[in-house]
Amino acid sequence: MPDSLNPTTIPTASARGQPVRFRGGGFTVKRHPWAALAAFALLIAVWEGASRLGLASPLFLPPPSAVVRALAGMVTDGSLWLNLKASLGRIAVGWVLGTAGGMLVGFAMGIFSTARAIGVPLVSAFFPIPKIALLPLFILWFGIGEPSKFATIGFGVFFPTVIATYSAIDQVPRNLIRMAQSFGLPWRSILRSIVLPGALPGILAGFRITASIALILVVAAEMIGAEYGIGAFVLMAGNLMQTDTLLAGVLVLSLLGLAIGTVLSQLERRLLNWR
Amino acid sequence: MRLLVSDLTHRYDDLTVLDGIDLTLAEGEILAVIGPSGCGKSTLLGIAGGIVAPTAGSIRVEGEVPDGCLNPITFIFQDFALLPWRTVEDNVALVLEHHPLSSAERRERIDSGLRRMGLWEFRKALPKQLSGGMRQRVGIARALAVRPAMLLLDEPLSALDAQTRELLMDDFLELWRREKTTALYVTHNLDEALRLADRVCVLSRRPGRIRELVIIEEPRERRQEPSAQAHLAEVRDRLWHLMKAEAQMADREIARA
Ligand SMILES: Nc1ncnc2c1ncn2[C@@H]1O[C@H](COP(=O)(O)OP(=O)(O)O)[C@@H](O)[C@H]1O
Ligand SMILES: [Mg+2]
Repeated sequence: MPDSLNPTTIPTASARGQPVRFRGGGFTVKRHPWAALAAFALLIAVWEGASRLGLASPLFLPPPSAVVRALAGMVTDGSLWLNLKASLGRIAVGWVLGTAGGMLVGFAMGIFSTARAIGVPLVSAFFPIPKIALLPLFILWFGIGEPSKFATIGFGVFFPTVIATYSAIDQVPRNLIRMAQSFGLPWRSILRSIVLPGALPGILAGFRITASIALILVVAAEMIGAEYGIGAFVLMAGNLMQTDTLLAGVLVLSLLGLAIGTVLSQLERRLLNWR
Repeated sequence: MRLLVSDLTHRYDDLTVLDGIDLTLAEGEILAVIGPSGCGKSTLLGIAGGIVAPTAGSIRVEGEVPDGCLNPITFIFQDFALLPWRTVEDNVALVLEHHPLSSAERRERIDSGLRRMGLWEFRKALPKQLSGGMRQRVGIARALAVRPAMLLLDEPLSALDAQTRELLMDDFLELWRREKTTALYVTHNLDEALRLADRVCVLSRRPGRIRELVIIEEPRERRQEPSAQAHLAEVRDRLWHLMKAEAQMADREIARA
């Protein structure tokens, strides 16, 4: 045994040599739970302060306190619920229609090569159209009322859902399908037990995109022609130069988007706990 | 059940991967297939299991199927092929769902496989919670649930570490001691072939042709004993030389696909 490996002659750790310098820092994500909150608070404080000190005209940029007051007013006079209800109803109907249709077509394109061959060029052609540009056409077809808004939102949701669905089916591991076939599972069982659950993550990711599209389109559609709805409310406040009310409406939209995102996150956590 | 392969050839487009394979698998026999990667082993297994359509030649089975067999030719996969969204027991249940069984029998088939593979405590676990060895045991329990007449194993231990591989080889030995299920066992690991197989088929580099069929004379149960080692060493030597030559030449070829 070489002398250096003899336990009795190994020197104690600090006795000689140089310490190894640590050089593995950085490039990891550390959690700073309070940082975001502090930044938010600072932003609001600066904004409020600027208003109070007269650095910003309250007409063009009302202070946060005024926005909150306007929001409280909306709650008490019932206009919040009235407008929110109108917008939510349009989002719900349009989104459900577009999602149902999109999933149906997406599944067909994911499973049948012919449907894919026909569908991909069509979807590629229609997908880039800003759907709000079709609202005037839908108004001519369906009138100024609700159906034209449903159609705009539904149409806007439809194409991304198609794409998300058939891409999600492409992501289903083929080895699982071959496995099922090797055990003799019938086609319908393979669809139900493997393709559908396997495509779920991609489909749910698509929901996130289509929910935000629905939110954009409902506001745009309501600005073009609606009596109630957050979009109409914001537009009207702008026309009356009531910027505090306008920003309160924007705040509601932001909270609405946040709420939808939270619901989808919960749904994903529930349905995709296997990942 | 016996497997009869005659003059089997397979091409993917213009890439010939199997060329003129003639092979007979006897009732209860375990045949190991070894060969360099890309030589068509998985393709051969896929054809035997009816999930790849051969370009030419025939592949047939004969012999009676045991009682209660629901899926005569059954795969065990290298990557386990478990549904990540199903629990262990539901993964096993999957392959029984389309069969009309009494609920008692269904339970019995699921539970006995899980018990045999030591998975009972894990039956409610998801695949992601299991080690690789346990995942492959789920794959085996799933295969056992259909009471197969022939097992097709595609490198079933290649994704596992050496110790786990040893443990699972013992599981396979135990399985084949109890049920004399005919098996085609694809591997690139000589140890597995020498521990488990009755015969070893060495394939050439692509296009895979049979280079040699080597019989291991010692019975499986006695292969750990000192008296068996001389013969096993001799077989290993022979297989190693055959494989090494093919692997070296395959290595020098330009990779495809
Ligand atoms: N579906 C496929 N389409 C085209 N080529 C394939 C396909 N499957 C396998 N191959 C090719 O065929 C050859 C043999 O593949 P495989 O049977 O998986 O070999 P092994 O299992 O011996 O490694 C490889 O070169 C592989 O790239
Ligand atoms: Mg392979």
